[in-house]
Amino acid sequence: MSDLPVSLAFAAFSAVAVVAGIRVFRTDSMVRAAFYLLASFAAVGAIMVLLGAEFLGMVLILMMAGEMLVMAIVMVMYMMNPAGLNPMVMVHQHRTAIAAGAVAFLALAGVGLAGGVPQRPVTNPGAATGDLGRELLGNSMLVFQTAGVTLLGTMVGAIAIAAPRGRFGDADADSQEPALQPDEEPEA
Amino acid sequence: MTTETVIVVGAALFGIGVYGALSQQSFVMLMMGIELMINGALLVLVAMWSRAAGGSPDGQMLAVVFMTVMAVEMSLGFALITSAYRVKRADITEKLRKLKG
Repeated sequence: MSDLPVSLAFAAFSAVAVVAGIRVFRTDSMVRAAFYLLASFAAVGAIMVLLGAEFLGMVLILMMAGEMLVMAIVMVMYMMNPAGLNPMVMVHQHRTAIAAGAVAFLALAGVGLAGGVPQRPVTNPGAATGDLGRELLGNSMLVFQTAGVTLLGTMVGAIAIAAPRGRFGDADADSQEPALQPDEEPEA
Repeated sequence: MTTETVIVVGAALFGIGVYGALSQQSFVMLMMGIELMINGALLVLVAMWSRAAGGSPDGQMLAVVFMTVMAVEMSLGFALITSAYRVKRADITEKLRKLKG
């Protein structure tokens, strides 16, 4: 691949990633926010493919597609106004948050631009996926297995937290009725 | 596409994520902010692997660990949302003023 198409594709995917990331917090519909986040992740996955990490980029897109669908379902289940029929602004400490985000961006970008990154590009771009496969089942197999066991532990923990009944009885014993107004205290 | 431009894009994603995680009231939107932060970090990690580390496979392994962290964060977050909603009927952070019901 020559340089110009790669640069154009990178610019386009970067724009999609950042603009969709901003739109996540600027849309009325929470389901739409989930799909904006998916667009941002897909663009980042595409940039990873451009950088030579084909396997990781595609895995990121596949994983996030599933995750965002789960997220959209959770929104519809629990959140008020999931479809965005009414305008929605649900923020607190807005100015502090904007300032913190801007500071984080400027500081990190400044470090990236001023830090003097070493220039040692990938020596054999076509072999990245094969290298990762050999690493996963070779030197780093323990890391790979630990990640798998961690995910298993997460599944067990998530079920234990979210289960309707535990060993001490119902999970919602002594729970409170929902409040009728959004900012009202729930009734005991 | 230089390493520096990719770092700037990753920093932008991280900054948006910081804003979202600090400003959003809804639990799920808050988690979206955290996801965006990890997304930016992952992008910079892969850029470093590709342009500054000579393509060592260890860098890709670290990215796999990042993705595991993302999955753990999301699934435990959803479980906690379910639990908080069941016990306190809370869907925004302001409704969880007390740890004990």
